[in-house]
Amino acid sequence: MENLSLEGALTVTFVRSLLAHANIVDVDATAAEALPNVQVMTAADLDLGVFGPGFPDVNPSMGRPLLVVDRVRFVGDIIAIVISDDSATGADAAELVYVDYDQLPAVVSPHESAKDEALLFPEAGTNVATRAGSPEHDENLFDGCDVVVSGTFVSQRMAPCPLEARSAAAELGPDGRITAWLSTQTPHQDRTALAETLGLDPAQIRVVGLDVGGGFGAKTLNVEEVLVVWLARRLGRPVRWTETRSESMTALPHGRAASLEYTIGGTRDGKVLAYRLEVLQDCGAYASVGAVLPGLTGLMASGVYAIPRIEFESRSVVTNTTPVSAFRGAGRPEASQAIERAIDTFAAELGMDPAEVRRRNFIPTNAFPYTTASHAAYDSGDYEGALELALRSVGYDALRDEQRQRRERAATTQLGIGISCYVEITNGIAEIEFGEVEITRDGGAIVRTGSFSHGQGHETTFAMIAAERLGLPVEKVTVHKGDTDEVARGTGTYGSKSTQIGGAAARLAADDVLEVAKQLVGDYLEASPADIVLDPALGRLHVAGAHSLGISWADLALRASADGRLAELRAEHEFQAAAPTFPFGAHVAVVEVDTETGRVELRRLVAVDDAGTLINPLIAQGQVHGGIAAGVAQALYEDFVYDDDGNPLTGTFVGYAFPSSADLPSWEAVEMETPTPLNVLGAKGIGESGTIGATPAVHNAVVDALAPLGVRNVDLPANGENVWRALRKAKA
Amino acid sequence: MIPAVFEYERAGFVDEAVELLGRDEEAKLLAGGHSLIPAMRLRFSRPSLLVDIGRLDDLRYVREHGDRIAIGALTRHADLVGDAMLREHCALIGEAAALIGDPQVRHRGTIGGSVAHGDPASDLGTILLTLDAEFVARGPGGERAIGAGAFFTGPFETALEHQEVLTEIRVPKTAGTYLKHVRRAHDWATVGAAAARVDGRVHVGLTSMGPTSLRARTVEDALADGATPADAAAHVAEDAMPPTDASASSEYRLHLAQVLVRRALERM
Amino acid sequence: MTSVALTVNGSRCEADVEPRQLLVYFLRDRLGLKGTNVGCDTTSCGACTVLVDDESVKSCTVFAVQADGSEVTTVEGLARGDALHPVQQAFHEQHALQCGYCTPGFVLATVSLLKENPNPSETEIREGLEGNLCRCTGYHNIVKAVQAAARAGA
Ligand SMILES: Cc1cc2nc3c(=O)[nH]c(=O)nc-3n(C[C@H](O)[C@H](O)[C@H](O)COP(=O)(O)OP(=O)(O)OC[C@H]3O[C@@H](n4cnc5c(N)ncnc54)[C@H](O)[C@@H]3O)c2cc1C
Ligand code: FES
Ligand code: FES
Repeated sequence: MENLSLEGALTVTFVRSLLAHANIVDVDATAAEALPNVQVMTAADLDLGVFGPGFPDVNPSMGRPLLVVDRVRFVGDIIAIVISDDSATGADAAELVYVDYDQLPAVVSPHESAKDEALLFPEAGTNVATRAGSPEHDENLFDGCDVVVSGTFVSQRMAPCPLEARSAAAELGPDGRITAWLSTQTPHQDRTALAETLGLDPAQIRVVGLDVGGGFGAKTLNVEEVLVVWLARRLGRPVRWTETRSESMTALPHGRAASLEYTIGGTRDGKVLAYRLEVLQDCGAYASVGAVLPGLTGLMASGVYAIPRIEFESRSVVTNTTPVSAFRGAGRPEASQAIERAIDTFAAELGMDPAEVRRRNFIPTNAFPYTTASHAAYDSGDYEGALELALRSVGYDALRDEQRQRRERAATTQLGIGISCYVEITNGIAEIEFGEVEITRDGGAIVRTGSFSHGQGHETTFAMIAAERLGLPVEKVTVHKGDTDEVARGTGTYGSKSTQIGGAAARLAADDVLEVAKQLVGDYLEASPADIVLDPALGRLHVAGAHSLGISWADLALRASADGRLAELRAEHEFQAAAPTFPFGAHVAVVEVDTETGRVELRRLVAVDDAGTLINPLIAQGQVHGGIAAGVAQALYEDFVYDDDGNPLTGTFVGYAFPSSADLPSWEAVEMETPTPLNVLGAKGIGESGTIGATPAVHNAVVDALAPLGVRNVDLPANGENVWRALRKAKA
Repeated sequence: MIPAVFEYERAGFVDEAVELLGRDEEAKLLAGGHSLIPAMRLRFSRPSLLVDIGRLDDLRYVREHGDRIAIGALTRHADLVGDAMLREHCALIGEAAALIGDPQVRHRGTIGGSVAHGDPASDLGTILLTLDAEFVARGPGGERAIGAGAFFTGPFETALEHQEVLTEIRVPKTAGTYLKHVRRAHDWATVGAAAARVDGRVHVGLTSMGPTSLRARTVEDALADGATPADAAAHVAEDAMPPTDASASSEYRLHLAQVLVRRALERM
Repeated sequence: MTSVALTVNGSRCEADVEPRQLLVYFLRDRLGLKGTNVGCDTTSCGACTVLVDDESVKSCTVFAVQADGSEVTTVEGLARGDALHPVQQAFHEQHALQCGYCTPGFVLATVSLLKENPNPSETEIREGLEGNLCRCTGYHNIVKAVQAAARAGA
């Protein structure tokens, strides 16, 4: 993105708040503007409204001003914009913008926020942005249960950390149209949102998503991009902005940040009868996607288990911290972290093997489609099959033997084995995606997709899908995406939906092109189109039963272009699945825990991930590997923390414990394919499964290692210090 | 981020560096740059003149010096890791150097910069303190030797004067152990514990346990009085003032230090 | 301004630079070698790794003036004609990249690692690459690529 060369572009540097909560008394830019060619703008120069929240049920007064007007609400809130010739001068000038703050008490903990004592938005009268589920308790929920256990934990705040921080550039064309180059996952949605915020017709805006160095849910349109586009219009000069890492750590939305409380009850023989889950979601300083994440948590509360009675309740509150949005998993990891900890706690209480408790509660394989008590309609699954495969692959019984021996010896380093069985929802709101296939003059094909790829390899996967349908070599198919001028419509990439809907749309468009091609071939060969068939091995269309009466794609394209009919060889398709799909799997983690220092070492992680039919196993596995690493990062390493005044303590890669290769083992990924009936490909999403499955497996493994020492839970991340605290508590 | 503006001079020999430093009170030496440049990028540090001594290759050596080993101040971490002389006579140094940062950092960072920076999290700082190393510095008035006990004066402060260049570090030939607890492999020490035998006594040093690298003198005294490793290690709290930061709380650091000191002593 | 003369990917270049210009920006902005990326501002991520005199170095933590007289190799200088460098080839074949942002840094860190240790174990590979971060791949295929490159004698 930074590689884009834009002649004469000005550089944008944001002046960001150094305090978490304060009224702005004055902004003095005199010294900054004394530097050569430096201009500084504040809210007074801005003629735009508020950004977000963007969800109907979220308190509308908790949106984010594009530039703060009188009050900053988190360290990183944008106070002013510096415009300069280059980034070094921009950094020099930003330091010289003096901000006079009147500090207010910071609300950092969501529990404090929920008390509604100090308000972030006094006009809202509350810190609660939204609620989900039901606040009413059924007093009889746990009736008939022999055993009822509960627990709490925090699914801690994570920084998404795409390795490429954000960048944006914009230029006003001579025709008055604006082009925005964004590092984004969702070019088309961004165009719509830009048009709304800037009060423009979407046709006036072209969004180009360039090669993007990772997104993980966080890279959708945000205030910075809106400001860059606004500036390009306002200044009539191209402008560009590139985030520094320290800036990104507080400015790019965070993920998770949910406090969970579960209660689970069932019979002595291990049958779960009832489950209650309460979520307190931290939205950060402004309510946006983060506020509605608990909706997904509630939907997926039941996990892979047939639980007759479920109660769910959530509140989302604002705090003086970085806004929370989607991060790899977005609301679903929290659900599986809760139910998987709950099942383990329940098993420990019964003194039963956690694998056995799971077997006794799985939704049976013959029960699909199946609707849970938390109202999710699962399409297909074989949960027990996934668990058995994972247990076999890891060598479960032998590991339990090794564990027993270490326990008997009271070894300093104990072994822990953790299981997690998960199901997740992909393409959660059953969206439409656009696909177009066009045959080119040289007899190849172009696939245009509304999905976006920032490392997921859609270029390859989608090319494979179209190539297979058309009988073309995959090298002859190119995939175009990310430019709203070239691809008519689209939604982008999030919620693990690209292949199942974008891929399906591409396949259906390819099928449509094939139908048109048959018409054309029929005309040329004076045969009925109904008699024309494709020989996929040769990439030739011929009359059924008469191989010699045929024409290759290359010849067809040549002839059609000579006749001016090439344009006919083009088809669009919009695909909407009837419903979301539900990938599932089972992960088993093996850890060693030093019971003196608390140090945890992840020795193995076996992952069975079933995402339906895999189009490109190599790419799918890559998604699983990366997903697992993010899940393990949450289980053992990362935690974005603030001090009591709302100052970030982990605002760089030094403080924030993003793991390297030396902190992780190789993954043992085992494939399993249970196709979904919901799309022609049989494919479900794969991008987030690894993350969702891995965290609870590792978390459970650490608790399992320490169980003989009386430990019942370890806070996340289960790092040395948190393990030590759990041990100390157990001893007390 | 981009550092604030500064001037740059490269010194061809030590006395030139001393003289260049004399020109500007806000001048700083630049060796490997792997403590200084990160601080400058975040604009925590803003020297107005950098005097680059990174090319003084004649200060890059490990050699015998009587009954001691002398290490040139510009010897890089990667040099220490592979050095045969150190492996034979003071293996602790190479072993600890291998734990610093990552390979790229070890290719650039120097032992002199590691101690002159005065960082309480410096692994080599702790080891040199534990070994009772001698630091040789050259200034406008010539050369002087500073004992390790007097070298580390405060957080990011040492006994070096503004115009002094650290040229050589001398350590005894001895055996020892260094244990480093980290959150991630490439991290700075959450806690480091060194133990080494020096002049017939066991010395114990600590990393990230106070304002500077520390000697755990109470622990050492207990050992001298015949305490077991576990009993001696229990005294760590009397010797340390551990900070709380993003990587650990002070309570956890104290606990870790006890475990690591005990383990280091058990290995002696 | 200070003048520097260095060899980058085999070509000699001379330039006047501001002392505060970091080597990575010199390579990217002055020489147009955009393959070297910047992923952090704390010397943590390794995306900017290049070889200086054949050793891996984070070019965001070296001023261009310090590299005066050195030989610098960036990812652009690895390929021999049309043929990818064996380490690049291995990364490609093992699907060791997704978004690709970290890849040039990993490739150069690997070249340096294999020079120092031509037959590393899995642990040595993982520790040898501890200065490079990747958010996409979970490192699994990167490790496989390094093993493959070592087997190919890279
Ligand atoms: C990512 C990363 C991780 C790291 N991890 C660790 C770690 O785990 N453990 C650890 O111990 N260190 C770690 N370091 C620090 C590293 O070891 C540094 O290289 C070292 O601390 C400083 O050495 P330098 O040569 O780079 O010094 P410079 O950065 O050049 O200088 C540091 C300071 O010392 C002064 N100075 C340098 N040389 C002399 C001299 N000869 N005489 C007088 N003054 C001098 C300079 O003026 C400056 O004030 C890490 C660094 C980074 C960037
Ligand atoms: S950019 Fe150099 S280490 Fe991150
Ligand atoms: S491939 Fe995206 S950061 Fe490594």
